[in-house]
Amino acid sequence: MSVLSSSIARKVAMALSALFLIIFLIIHLAVNLTSLFSADVFNEASHFMGTNPLIQFAMQPVLIFGVVFHFVMGFILELRNKGARNVKYAKFNGAASSSWASRNMIISGGVILAFIVIHFLDFWIPELNTKYVLGDMSGLHNGEFRYFEELQHKFVPIWRVAAYIVAFVLLGLHLMHGFQSAFQSMGFNNKYSGCVKTFGKIYSVVIPLGFIIVALFHHLNH
Amino acid sequence: MNLTLKIWRQKGPQDKGQMVEYKVTDISEHMSFLEMMDILNESLVAKDEEPIAFDHDCREGICGMCSLHINGEPHGPDRGITTCQLHMRMFKDGDTIYIEPWRAKAFPVIKDLIVDRMAFERIQQAGGYISVNTSGNTQDANAIPIPKKDADLSMDAAACIGCGACVASCKNSSAMLFVSAKVSQFALLPQGKVEAADRVRNMVKQMDEEGFGNCTNTGACEVECPKGISLENIARMNREYLKASII
Amino acid sequence: MTTLNSKVPQGPIKDKWTTYKENVNLVNPANKRNIDVIVVGTGLAGGSAAASLAELGYNVKAFAYQDSPRRAHSIAAQGGINAAKNYQNDGDSNYRLFYDTVKGGDYRSREANVFRLAEVSGAIIDQCVAQGVPFARDYGGLLDNRSFGGVLVSRTFYAKGQTGQQLLLGCYSAMNRQIARGKIEMFNRHEMLDVVKVDGKARGIIARDLITGEIERHSAHAVVIATGGYGNVYFLSTNAMGSNATAAWKIHKKGAYFANPCFTQIHPTCIPRSGDYQSKLTLMSESLRNDGRIWVPAKIEDAKAIQEGKLKPTQIAEENRDYYLERRYPAFGNLVPRDVASRAAKERCDAGYGVNATGEAVYLDFASAIARYGSEKAKVQGISNPSKEVITELGEAIIEAKYGNLFQMYEKIVDENPYKTPMMIYPATHYTMGGIWVDYNLMTTVPGLYCIGEANFSDHGANRLGASALMQGLADGYFVLPYTIGEYLADDIRTGKISTNSPEFDAAEKEIKDKLEFFVSNKGSHSVDYFHKKLGLVMWNKVGMARNEKGLKEAIKEIQDIREDFWKNVKVPGSLNEMNVELEKAGRVADFLELGELFAKDALERNESCGGHFREEYVTEDGEALRDDKNYAYVAAWEYTGKPSEAILHKEELEFKDIELKTRSYK
Repeated sequence: MSVLSSSIARKVAMALSALFLIIFLIIHLAVNLTSLFSADVFNEASHFMGTNPLIQFAMQPVLIFGVVFHFVMGFILELRNKGARNVKYAKFNGAASSSWASRNMIISGGVILAFIVIHFLDFWIPELNTKYVLGDMSGLHNGEFRYFEELQHKFVPIWRVAAYIVAFVLLGLHLMHGFQSAFQSMGFNNKYSGCVKTFGKIYSVVIPLGFIIVALFHHLNH
Repeated sequence: MNLTLKIWRQKGPQDKGQMVEYKVTDISEHMSFLEMMDILNESLVAKDEEPIAFDHDCREGICGMCSLHINGEPHGPDRGITTCQLHMRMFKDGDTIYIEPWRAKAFPVIKDLIVDRMAFERIQQAGGYISVNTSGNTQDANAIPIPKKDADLSMDAAACIGCGACVASCKNSSAMLFVSAKVSQFALLPQGKVEAADRVRNMVKQMDEEGFGNCTNTGACEVECPKGISLENIARMNREYLKASII
Repeated sequence: MTTLNSKVPQGPIKDKWTTYKENVNLVNPANKRNIDVIVVGTGLAGGSAAASLAELGYNVKAFAYQDSPRRAHSIAAQGGINAAKNYQNDGDSNYRLFYDTVKGGDYRSREANVFRLAEVSGAIIDQCVAQGVPFARDYGGLLDNRSFGGVLVSRTFYAKGQTGQQLLLGCYSAMNRQIARGKIEMFNRHEMLDVVKVDGKARGIIARDLITGEIERHSAHAVVIATGGYGNVYFLSTNAMGSNATAAWKIHKKGAYFANPCFTQIHPTCIPRSGDYQSKLTLMSESLRNDGRIWVPAKIEDAKAIQEGKLKPTQIAEENRDYYLERRYPAFGNLVPRDVASRAAKERCDAGYGVNATGEAVYLDFASAIARYGSEKAKVQGISNPSKEVITELGEAIIEAKYGNLFQMYEKIVDENPYKTPMMIYPATHYTMGGIWVDYNLMTTVPGLYCIGEANFSDHGANRLGASALMQGLADGYFVLPYTIGEYLADDIRTGKISTNSPEFDAAEKEIKDKLEFFVSNKGSHSVDYFHKKLGLVMWNKVGMARNEKGLKEAIKEIQDIREDFWKNVKVPGSLNEMNVELEKAGRVADFLELGELFAKDALERNESCGGHFREEYVTEDGEALRDDKNYAYVAAWEYTGKPSEAILHKEELEFKDIELKTRSYK
């Protein structure tokens, strides 16, 4: 099945990459949450994630591909969909029949993309630099693991925390529609659909809230 | 009541159109929306102006001909109805009402509020049927029992009147609710299963070629559909399509 | 006055169709590819005919004025389709369906045609199921049936309240399959404006492309007209806004006889008119009469108070209500045939007992059904001594399951809740039993010109039973015409393509163009609708549910006057070569203005009351219709000679060999 040839195949591809990212978010949050309880556990986990070859050279490229694919496909679909209505309505009352979140996935997605760029600049690129350019695979700084320290340091400026919160609220909205939408796109529709929807709603509140709590916690406790 | 109407006027397919303002007075709340349009047109003819062209036929909500986008929604603000079943009691004295044609690249305007829905025809011709000749020698109608649940679901999907409100309401101008209703009706019946894989592949291919947008599951189509066609049909079509493509 | 040859085969009625099929001329498949057939109209009759003829191998050109064949007005039929399947084992048979149809039609239909209809009715259901029509089923997975007016068995198959739509979608899908194969060339948004005869045979049509305004010539070896009835001659009817008689009237003017135009069905359960602006009437399915009880106040002062809005129907005590159908017709009660129910409503309203502001409405009350169903349900659920509220709630749920969509439709239109207060209904024009005269082959008096479905006159006599229109349309298109047309086309295998460059096509096209040119250049003073409404009023008041000699004579004169005024003062804005809705309407109303006169003339000529035709002079002592079998057991087929008033009457005497002529009694 050629991924780029049919509308339904594209939908399914979007849904599959979305589900992959949804799972990734859980893992990411799980690691972040450890920082609330124990700097050591957080450091251990971070070091494992950052140096395990399987994760670094197998999982990480897949993740990057998933992220890039989801965004590129999202933008392509948005442009094509816009093109499917060449003359606009003088009056269009979209709110009468659908939620803001469902109609504006491109906006929430765009904000998340902007956030990811900052996030990469903040964490990922320095990390790559340290590990693969400078060749320091120890994870140590002054004899101790540096991860927890860096985390706390990043959440000192209030503007970054604010941006973080805005991004995660929009992620919540993105998920609020996206979670159940992914299942719908893959043709999942049976007696468990209701459960999936409910779980999706819980997920899209809990996960972003978790990230926000981590940010606020470290901002207030540095 | 007295109303201000802002209506799309367009002379022909190649012409540029624009919104034109009209006033109507002494409209009864018991009138249907299209009767209000009739009154406006009578007054235009009396003034030697060309009346506003709009599609309509049965005026009882079943032929699927009427297709007005009223105040930002297909078939207007009421639910579970077509334009011809919309009544003026849904509006207030002094209201301004926007009346536009369905907007989609695949539904080009023919004149004023009338659009060309031939894309729907071509999609149906691509596979919206069961290949059986009208010989009169088919097996007895009761030879294959069909579970009531499946028959009812099939009927619900078959209730689609092909008006195009799903496309008009969709921010992406997607036709998936329409196509999925047809795919579902047949996929749910034993008679339709024989050709199910080819049907869904061919109909989706034609749908894509017509230039409709892609579904992003906003659910607007289901809300605006005059016949309450469920989004479940789109899920079923996706499933059928995957099955047909992978296996 | 000549006698028409109906070409009914010899032999016992049960064998006629079988014998016919065994002996009919066939066209071999290779030759079918060289033969073109035009089908005008894509409702159940036209759609099924187009699909079947294309499957057989003919090249079909199909025409519809809508943007898709699926939108033809067959789609609006709600209740169901009859078939003598006897799945319920309640004593049904082909003979019984045949008998019910002839009796219901008040003995004015052709026996052989009706028997054939009953004979093929079962195959229709088989065919539709094979095509994927989702008929209602019971929990065992088998097909469900319900009962309709005028019969004592349950033989009606249905698909929710949308049987017509589902059957039409079946035809439409069969058509789509042939369109995809290139065997049907589909012309949407095209209107046939005339038929073209070459050497006395129908060889093509002139059509107008409704988008571009272009006048087109189309040729074929045979032409099939399936354009439905002429109910819109009344302006207000349950027909679609675009339903028109132009095709039928044009072929009448070219030599096809028009039969029994006065046989028109006024359907009893429609939503009453609410004002002068009204453009169309809405039908509520006859199935409502299964559970609804029809009544008006028994006291005239109550009726007056209701008309003035001072009293509500729920305030009238049981003993002060007049359930007039149950009173007059105890055997069939609220399920008497349509013509009887309509006339009874009119009789009460004319006597002053009508129940809305216009005095033209009666109640259709579901309160007793709700109470009955509610008590049953309470018993099933084991609720002892249920309160009135509980019973009502349970009963309303059952009524909703049965008629929910109709109740919702009523509430949207009238803005009253029919669960709490009785519905108001009044009769409205619905179906025309009359139409183009055809023989047993469904061919008109013009060779090569066929007429099927509601557009012809053949099967329903003077009154049609519920759920039989769908049956007839599909029978004609799927199972009758595909055989009978071969008989004619077998002689055409060597004819070759018919040219459209002939003097006959030139003349027909010129005539059409001149008329259209006249419309757009006539600087008149009134819109088309103005004349249509005037015609409708005359038709309703004087050629409606009850007719008399004086009124009919007046009507003929008035229609002539309106027609004269129309040709002087009609105003059509816009131009020829574009989409022009007013121009379309002008042509249709011009034809209605002629047809209306023939209609009144036919009603005047038929000095009896039968079925939908009720002459006030011909009634029994207790006010029932009085048929005159001695003098009027014939089909009145009219030949056009230049003016409706000068039409010549031809009679087809009706023979009843298999059914005894009896006075219809539903008492």
